[in-house]
Amino acid sequence: MCLGIPGRIVAIIDAADAMAMVEVGGVRRPVNVSFILDDRPVEACIGEWVLVHVGFAMTKIDEAEAIRTLELLQELGELQAELEGMQPETDVAPGS
Amino acid sequence: MRYVDEFRDPDKARALVQDIGRLVLRIPTARRRPLQVMEVCGGHTHTIFRYGIQQMLPDALEYVHGPGCPVCVLPMGRVDDCVALAERPEVIFTTFGDAIRVPGSRKSLLKAKAEGADIRMVYSPLDALALARKNPEREVIFFGLGFETTMPSTAMTLIQARAQGARNFSLFCNHITIIPTMKAILDTPDLRLDGFVGPGHVSMVIGTRCYAFIARDFGKPITVAGFEPLDLLQATWMVLKQLAEGRCEVENQYGRVVSADGNKRALAAIAAVFEPREHFEWRGLGSIDHSGVRIRAEYAAFDAERKFGVPNVRVTDPKSCQCGEVLKGIIKPHQCRVFGTACTPETPLGALMVSSEGACAAYYSYGRRAPAEQVPV
Repeated sequence: MCLGIPGRIVAIIDAADAMAMVEVGGVRRPVNVSFILDDRPVEACIGEWVLVHVGFAMTKIDEAEAIRTLELLQELGELQAELEGMQPETDVAPGS
Repeated sequence: MRYVDEFRDPDKARALVQDIGRLVLRIPTARRRPLQVMEVCGGHTHTIFRYGIQQMLPDALEYVHGPGCPVCVLPMGRVDDCVALAERPEVIFTTFGDAIRVPGSRKSLLKAKAEGADIRMVYSPLDALALARKNPEREVIFFGLGFETTMPSTAMTLIQARAQGARNFSLFCNHITIIPTMKAILDTPDLRLDGFVGPGHVSMVIGTRCYAFIARDFGKPITVAGFEPLDLLQATWMVLKQLAEGRCEVENQYGRVVSADGNKRALAAIAAVFEPREHFEWRGLGSIDHSGVRIRAEYAAFDAERKFGVPNVRVTDPKSCQCGEVLKGIIKPHQCRVFGTACTPETPLGALMVSSEGACAAYYSYGRRAPAEQVPV
């Protein structure tokens, strides 16, 4: 129900109705962009990545935040690899 | 696909799973009983089952599948109201695909369609409005349901309908709101939940500030999460880190989509069109104060309830059905007495078996039970 899918705005269809063409996974469909305009002219959103839900662009996707999340995950992965490197070759169960 | 594939990287998932295992060992509660983290949103429930996330995690950590599947919590009486509206000869009844198989007390919308009612599935409420323009001699009703994610879209559609002077378009409003629902869960006596994975796309609209009461008044951590497997694992990791460090805060894992304040334009559209109802009936949970919205008087002309005099049917859930106990996390789906026998995805008795986001349908489709319960230790 609440699913959203990332898409990129490729053209404006109708500026008065705030309708734009969005490419989602190789498929193009009309999407209403009125929630992401913030007093900008409609044309300003061309090229932006947005999250599409039931025919509306609900938010601009923040690329810097996406990168930051992935970097945090990367760091955790590296830390993990380091920790694994510190493990002894074979575990000896205590009390056995 | 961009912003999707990066968040499915199996190496990063493995690292998270291992660190989650380490964090669980640091949380004292986990030595007495399994930690319970509720994912509020049905979309997260779907991710957990689709990717087998529960099976990757330690036995001392359990997801409790929350009430965030709007199709699942819709009471039977409202489905009966839908069928009554849809069976009027002048009506074209439009709905999202999710809702069409939900059983009413007499029939589902799908059955009514098979019997001749003009019921059409639409992708967007705007498609329903376009249908009204194309069929001026018919009455087009859109079945609006869902949390705050979907609400701005129906609100904007009504705003456009009014601006266009549409006379044959109306909304059957069954929208519900997340905050009163979470309060109702937190007020449940004997609540054992240790923390929450917060809804991603609801929060995209309402922001994260409104969850402050969960940490402040109830002492539970909450992390808002995205819908890819890495999102969910990272958010779970963040909740556990809070528990391990004795913190309870509102955190946001889904920064690429969710901000602290939400989407102001979307919130303004909601406020212009909708106002809270005093009560709204939930399937399995009963009545929750202020959890539903209705259409404001300014938009009365577009309110199907006012326009057509909806029968307002009240039906009690089937006695054999234990959806309510599953929703509150008291029992697991497969512990329900009709799970997989009288109640299956093909012939659902309870709403949780209907939608792919429903906990029971997910249990049924993806393996029925958690490994911890398959293999007695």
